[in-house]
Amino acid sequence: MSAALTLTAKHTVSVEIGGATIALHTVDPSFQRAIENRYAGFLGSSADSHFVFDIDLCDPSESGPADDELHLQMEKGEWLLQRGNFRARWNPESRRGWIHQTYSSYAVDCVLRIVHTLLLASQGGFLVHAASAIRGGKAFLFAGVSGAGKTTISRLAPPDATLLTDEISYVRREGNQYLACGTPFAGELGRAGENVSAPLCGVFLLEKGLQNRVEPVGAAEAIQRLLRNILFFAEDPELVQLVFQSACEFASLVPIRRLVFVPDPAVWEIIR
Amino acid sequence: MPERYIARSTAIAARLLGGEMMVMSALDSTFFTLNEIATVIWQAADGRTPLSEIVANKICEEFDVDRERAQRGAEQFVDELSQHGILLVSNQPLLNSCPPQENS
Repeated sequence: MSAALTLTAKHTVSVEIGGATIALHTVDPSFQRAIENRYAGFLGSSADSHFVFDIDLCDPSESGPADDELHLQMEKGEWLLQRGNFRARWNPESRRGWIHQTYSSYAVDCVLRIVHTLLLASQGGFLVHAASAIRGGKAFLFAGVSGAGKTTISRLAPPDATLLTDEISYVRREGNQYLACGTPFAGELGRAGENVSAPLCGVFLLEKGLQNRVEPVGAAEAIQRLLRNILFFAEDPELVQLVFQSACEFASLVPIRRLVFVPDPAVWEIIR
Repeated sequence: MPERYIARSTAIAARLLGGEMMVMSALDSTFFTLNEIATVIWQAADGRTPLSEIVANKICEEFDVDRERAQRGAEQFVDELSQHGILLVSNQPLLNSCPPQENS
């Protein structure tokens, strides 16, 4: 009896990002430890889980390359996610899902990003390619594509700034304001952000230049640049519309400006 | 030239913000910012009003532009947006094809 229980026992890791907790079940205790290490600082209680995923590990020979294109589609009330090294299903109504993947936390990372993207889209928020930090109780986002300077601006942050991420920022809507929340999704900095949040007071579109300055940006350019950096999956027209409307709402409530900067700590003196 | 009727596609997201109309295709995520004249055409694209009538009654009435030039510009604008599936174009009225007016 106890042997049978041991064989079927599920090990749970609950990952809490942006106030939403996702419980991950696995029968493999070493994979449980790997996930716990990956999401250290973002572990929550399974009792508070908003969603539950069962992870089914497979042999690498069963999967394709990790950099395969992601496919995402809604079918009969379930989101179907597929990439080379994983397949996943998620039913938002039952709040349950399943991941068939190789022994890699990268697949879990992808699923978490997608689930949070879908979750935030329905609430007017989004994940965005941006560094973010809190200073003086205010959160600031630094958006840009790869190479724009997200990690650089994070490295230049003064000691009294709390880094939320140098790669993917979490923006949650609460009434007429937005919160920036820490994420475990790190870029070149190689370390997770702090699991805290603060009201978002401004977005800076990063641009490397010869001197530090902040420039105004028109509404259309702000939205276009923001959309370019928001994580979403264009295969689903309804989702595209949701994200577009969210970006427009966001731009009407949060100042979006261009930050031209040189890699010098003095740039933080004009962040306010 | 036969009459043309235009209607906004349902596979788009659009928003008027700060006086600028922004339109994004939900099919290929192409993003457009429309100028004042293009916005007037966009807003009048109800599938029932001929393009020539939009040009005569909206464009030429509200802007200082001669009809022939306005018609040429409108045709060009319609062709471009229709290529991205953002506007539907037909020689017949496009009934039941127009989504509600976007938020301002």
